Amino acid sequence: MSAVTIDDNNLDKIMNQPETVAAPTIEAPPAKPRRTPFLQTERGKALTEALAKALRAALPPLIGIALFILLWQIVAASGGENGLPGPAKTWQSAQALFADPFYDNGPNDKGIGWNILHSLYRVGAGFGLAALVGIPLGFMIGRFRFLAGMSAPIISLLRPVSPLAWLPIGLYVFKETEPASLWVIFISSIWPIILNTAAGVARVPQDYLNVARVLNLSEWKIFTRILFPSVLPHLMTGIRLSIGVAWLVIVAAEMLTGGTGLGFWVWDEWNNLNVEHIIIAIFIVGFTGLLLEQGLVLLARRFSYE
Amino acid sequence: MDKYLQIENAEMVFDTKKGRFVALTDVNLSVKQGEFIALIGHSGCGKSTLLNLVAGLLDASSGVLLLGDKEIKGPGPERAVVFQNHSLLPWLTCFGNVYLAVERVFGGRETKKQLRQRTQAALELVGLAHAMHKHPHEISGGMKQRVGIARALAMEPKVLLMDEPFGALDALTRAGLQDELMRIVHETRATVLMVTHDVDEAVLLSDRIVMMTNGPAATIGEVLPVTLPRPRDRLALADNTHYHNLRSRVLEFLYQRQLKHAA
Repeated sequence: MSAVTIDDNNLDKIMNQPETVAAPTIEAPPAKPRRTPFLQTERGKALTEALAKALRAALPPLIGIALFILLWQIVAASGGENGLPGPAKTWQSAQALFADPFYDNGPNDKGIGWNILHSLYRVGAGFGLAALVGIPLGFMIGRFRFLAGMSAPIISLLRPVSPLAWLPIGLYVFKETEPASLWVIFISSIWPIILNTAAGVARVPQDYLNVARVLNLSEWKIFTRILFPSVLPHLMTGIRLSIGVAWLVIVAAEMLTGGTGLGFWVWDEWNNLNVEHIIIAIFIVGFTGLLLEQGLVLLARRFSYE
Repeated sequence: MDKYLQIENAEMVFDTKKGRFVALTDVNLSVKQGEFIALIGHSGCGKSTLLNLVAGLLDASSGVLLLGDKEIKGPGPERAVVFQNHSLLPWLTCFGNVYLAVERVFGGRETKKQLRQRTQAALELVGLAHAMHKHPHEISGGMKQRVGIARALAMEPKVLLMDEPFGALDALTRAGLQDELMRIVHETRATVLMVTHDVDEAVLLSDRIVMMTNGPAATIGEVLPVTLPRPRDRLALADNTHYHNLRSRVLEFLYQRQLKHAA
């Protein structure tokens, strides 16, 4: 480009040629020291490190999920025309389902949101009753050996009974399905509460009880200042197990009692031969159970000392 | 009052799976008001059992225990205990732990403000005003033991019972707390019964050292008066021949007359 003269006419042309590169702007002697690029600052480095760490932590579960979906796809594809619905088909169906979760077309035809809420309500109510009875009972069994001896054979006998075996008794006594399903939740979720509370009370360190004895504390003070705080972590374990059981049982109970709820919905969709919805229901049940569990774990962490 | 705390013919028998186990027999001891008694002996000699009898945490199988002419029946706040492992409630702050005791003893006749002042004063006495609102797991072992002492002292007990209170602490922390305990006992004129297995601690702190024979069927072997003038200073005592004589007497009792044969 040695022989090119620059004038107004060819300036545009020169500037638009691909070889022409804008000269690097030479900065005047910097007024302040040039800022180091963000990624080289302390905070930037910390950020990259945190991101890398998060990626490393997220990688195994992501690969796991991807493999699971792949496996599902293979199983679905191998079934041919009458095989299980694959991930894509289920996803489409889920989108349609969750587009309107709260419609209500009268009995037996409600949105998925209503069904989830109904199941959660039953778990909450049944578990609430179980806690109301089970926590005081657990405290008494743990505190008084005589009571523990009295209740031991009954609890050992009733605890291994499959929850659904209690359903006919509930139906017979209450004559209606709603209280019967609450009864099933109640009776199946009460055992972990009683047993964990009682174990917690029995395991209150003797040192703490000696403090109570030396101070001559009243039974009420012993309960509020020593027993209850000491038992709380055990109690939280009991509650977590209980809600876990309740959530397992509710789906089965609703399949039998019908009307509303996730269990009913699964059975209803089976009658409609809508297999995508059954698969979606399984995911909903799993996901809701996971949320309940994680919520309670977080709550329990607040009550641990040390 | 020459016989403030009296133990007469106390015997303690435990029913174990292997049959009757006589832990203590024929124990007789009178403690004056304001006296500091150290109980020393080999492990398993029943010194903690004796302390628990006075605390009321155990009931004597036979014999009589009297405090100020009243028979000891069950535990009570007038016989405060400093436990070996501090036994602070982990869900209460240091303040809360002491307040629980203060509230129990003085709650009936004092206002909340007075109760809080008592609690604060007790924590200041052991030098823990700054850590008042910390939880036990946030402070060191020595500090926990101080809270335990503050809790016991705040109850203004007739007798302060201490079960190897510094046994679990390192030597430096222990020395510091011993000095502080001497100051506090001097200020409060407390009557103290302290179980220890540390000869230096017993000589440094106490007015009399009660030496126990080996179990089973342990009893008081010898009572040694510690006639060192107070206030005592651990550095000055290092060159004191009387101190060393007393120390030798205890060691001689423990390692010659009550030598524990290795099992």
